[in-house]
Amino acid sequence: MNATWLAVDRLSLTEGATRIIDDVSLAFGAQHTVVLGPNGAGKSTLLRLIHGLLHPTGGSLLWPQALSQAMVFQRPVMLRTTALANVIYGLKLRGYAATECEQRARQALARVGLDAIARRPARLLSGGEQQRVALARAWALEPELLILDEPTASLDPASSREVERIVKDIAAAGTRILMTTHNLGQARRIAGEIVFIDRGRIVEQTPVQQFFTQPQTEAAQRFLKEETP
Amino acid sequence: MQEFNQPFVTAWQLVASADARLAGIVLLSLGISLTATLISCVAGMPVGALLAVGRFPGRRMLIVLFNGLMGLPPVVVGLLVYLLLSRAGPLGQFGLLFSPAAMVIAQAVLVTPIVAALTRQVIADAWTEYREQLRSLGASRTRAAATLLWDGRFSLSTAALAGFGRAIAEVGAVMIVGGNIDGVTRVMTTTIALETSKGDLPLALALGFVLIAVVLVINAVAYAVRGWAERRWG
Repeated sequence: MNATWLAVDRLSLTEGATRIIDDVSLAFGAQHTVVLGPNGAGKSTLLRLIHGLLHPTGGSLLWPQALSQAMVFQRPVMLRTTALANVIYGLKLRGYAATECEQRARQALARVGLDAIARRPARLLSGGEQQRVALARAWALEPELLILDEPTASLDPASSREVERIVKDIAAAGTRILMTTHNLGQARRIAGEIVFIDRGRIVEQTPVQQFFTQPQTEAAQRFLKEETP
Repeated sequence: MQEFNQPFVTAWQLVASADARLAGIVLLSLGISLTATLISCVAGMPVGALLAVGRFPGRRMLIVLFNGLMGLPPVVVGLLVYLLLSRAGPLGQFGLLFSPAAMVIAQAVLVTPIVAALTRQVIADAWTEYREQLRSLGASRTRAAATLLWDGRFSLSTAALAGFGRAIAEVGAVMIVGGNIDGVTRVMTTTIALETSKGDLPLALALGFVLIAVVLVINAVAYAVRGWAERRWG
C-alpha cells in the first residue's frame, strides 16, 4: 500500500435538499485511481471538489503534502487561437517566461503527437485532437496530480485509444492519476485502485483486479453486470 | 408628381457630385461617432466583462443600471453634458461646449452603457462555457475577463456596431451640446432636422441616403469580417 496523498474526511456537498456528495470519507493512496459509478453518482462532483472547483458544504480534504494539479474535462475548452497558444496560455498563467512557455508547449504538443498542427486554430480541430491539446495543456504544467473527468466520453474509439495512450504516458512519467470513465476496459487498463460510488456515497474501494473479479458489494456486482456488454 | 420627385433628383445629384458641403458634414459625423464609439468600447467592454465574471457587492445593481441606461434618451444626455460643460458647470473651464469634442463626450456617455450591457451578455455566455477550465488553469477573475474579451472579440464587434449605430443616428444630444453650427458642429442628423424644418428637402434627403448607406456598409463589412473570423478561428 502506498502512502496516502489525500485523505477525504466526511466530505459533503448538498444543493437544496439533494445530497450530491454524502458524507464521504476515504484515503487516496494508489498512484492511479479510477472512480466508477452509475450516472449521477457524484463522480464528476467528487473530482471537482478535490480539484477545488467546488467548495464542500461539509467535511474537509487533507493533503499530507500540497500537490500541484491539472484537470482535463469531458469537453475540451479551446480558446480562439492556435493549438500552441492554447498550451502556452496555461503555462503563462503559471508565470513561466515567454521563451520557456513556447519551448515547453512545443514539447507537450510533440508528446501528444500534435506538433505538426501546432499552428492550426484549436477550435477547428477534431474533438479527439482538441482533447489531446487539452492533455498537452495539462501535461505541460507537469502536475503532480492529473484529474480527468471522462476524458474519452465524447470521442470515437480511435481517438479514445489515443487519449488513453497519452494518459498512460503521463502516468508512466510519474504523475498521479485520478479519473472517471464509463469505459470499464479503460478503467481496468489504467487503474491501480477502483473507487466505486453510488448516490453520493462510497460503496467500495478495491484494488483493480479484485474489483473486476470479485467485487465486494452487491451494488458493484450489479453495476459490472449492467455495464458489461 | 414632378414636385414630389424633384427633391430626390437633386439629392442624388448632390451625392453623385460629392458636394463639398455634403462631404464635410458626412466626414464630421463619421469622425465624431467613430471616436465616441471607440471611447465607449475602451471604457464599456472591460466594465461589461467584469460585470459578467466578477463577484463584488453591488454587481447585480450595476447590471440592472447598465441595462436600464441602454435606453437613455439622447436629449437628456445632451442636457446633462450641456450642464457639465457650460461656463458655470464643473467642466466649464475647458470651453468645450459647442465643439466637436463636446459632441464626442455626449455620444460616448450615450453609447457606453449600450456597449457595456451587450458585452456583459456576450461574456457571461462565454463564462459559463470557460469558467471551470480557466479556474482550473489558475486564472484570476480579472485575468479571465481579459481572456474572454480577447476570445470573444468577433462576437463583441456586434456590441461595438450597436453602439456606433446609436451614435451616428441620434440627434438630440449632439444638437444640444454641439449647437448645430454650420461648418463646425453640423452633422448629418442635425442637418437633416434643420433643413427639413427650413423646407430644403434635397440636402436633408441626400444626407438621409448617406446615413442609411453608411450604416448598411459598416454592418455589411462587420458581418463579412465576423464570418471570415469564425471560419478562420471557429
